[in-house]
Amino acid sequence: MHFRIKKKLDYFSVDVEYEFDKGLLVIQGESGAGKTTILNCISGLSSPESGRISIGDQVVYDSAAGTNIPARQRNIGYLLQNYALFPNMTVYQNIIYGIKNKAEYKDKYKKEELLQYADYIMETFGIAHLKKKHPAQISGGEKQRVALSRAIVTKPSLLLLDEPFSALDQQTKEIIYQEFSSFKENFQIPTILITHNDMESEMFADRRILIKEGHIIEEKQQLKGV
Amino acid sequence: MLSPIILSLKIATIATIFSFVLGVFFAYMLNKKRIPGKNIWETLLILPMILPPSVMGYMLLIAFGKRGLIGGFLLETFHIQIVFTWVGAVIASCIVSLPLMYQNAKSAFISTDPIYEKAAQTLGSSEWKIFRTVIFPLAWPGIISGIILSFARAIGEFGATLMIAGNIPGKTQTIPTAIYFAVESGNTEMANRLVLIMTIFSFALILSLNVWLKKRNYIGRQG
Repeated sequence: MHFRIKKKLDYFSVDVEYEFDKGLLVIQGESGAGKTTILNCISGLSSPESGRISIGDQVVYDSAAGTNIPARQRNIGYLLQNYALFPNMTVYQNIIYGIKNKAEYKDKYKKEELLQYADYIMETFGIAHLKKKHPAQISGGEKQRVALSRAIVTKPSLLLLDEPFSALDQQTKEIIYQEFSSFKENFQIPTILITHNDMESEMFADRRILIKEGHIIEEKQQLKGV
Repeated sequence: MLSPIILSLKIATIATIFSFVLGVFFAYMLNKKRIPGKNIWETLLILPMILPPSVMGYMLLIAFGKRGLIGGFLLETFHIQIVFTWVGAVIASCIVSLPLMYQNAKSAFISTDPIYEKAAQTLGSSEWKIFRTVIFPLAWPGIISGIILSFARAIGEFGATLMIAGNIPGKTQTIPTAIYFAVESGNTEMANRLVLIMTIFSFALILSLNVWLKKRNYIGRQG
């Protein structure tokens, strides 16, 4: 994973460059520092003014070469702020939503394999019993697990998490923190996590960058098990 | 008495189908895409709601009359006549009900949180699939309100319909025109019956809509 992003915002410009190959990168900073802008550019939801972004062997954005692969074709999983679970779909329909898209240009056996993987994910996260419920009928912690399941079920090359714990109460957070640690160890998906919480950064980061007004002001590698 | 009722239902249904398709299309395109001249398009779409029915009717005559821009072409080339036919009534009803459909669909699309589109993009969906599986279902309560109101407007259309389609019994005589001419000719019994039917029907329509919306309670289902 390598990104070099320049993008002008209302009050300052984001200008960052970073590279990592595995583990979890925490991007930390105050609200409005440009953290979500970085994730949006990496995911393809937003385009930088210039730069280069590569995920694995795939160059998804290169301003010099005129490359800009749309979000739908970048093999990333993105857990957006407040989860964005589709209210009109059940938990199960939410989770498998991406599988049907991925299987559109792959064969049916791959689709079957991914559906079985979805069942495995739901069992692992303890949410299989919620299949037929709608997002409004489940708790904050359950929504977080559903959103994470949806993001990883298509086996993305990169996982982006935008403040995944901020909407939870303290009690639920403590449970989810433990589950997330297990998830990180078991699934080993290269991940970028945004938080402004020092404790979360300390708990999960293998490497950390601190952003202020769109620039990296501090870098740290904690190298936990990487 | 049955003929104006059947004709009104037929004309209103067809007109509503067209205003649904056009209203949803324009509401989506003008509010989700960057379209040049957006303000002008929107003004044109809402104009039939503001203009007097007689003005709308006159404009339709200019366009679709036997010597009109479109009507003349259709008559000469395909031998298709629009004026004084039920087709003319459908066009008039569609045009006057389209603003209601557009406004409701527009509100419905605007109130749909764009975060759901973003989530769907990251999950690999094409624009059409996002519209079909996420945006349209979430906007559905607002769109169904638009459909009901458009239908009610179409079935009650009088002024423009009278000018372009006339009041030919069995051919273009709808409930509103039948009521008008019944009153004109002193046939109060016929007028009373048709007014009662229209009132009960409209009441039942709006009541059903309100009950359905409360039952669905989409506002409570937020992810």
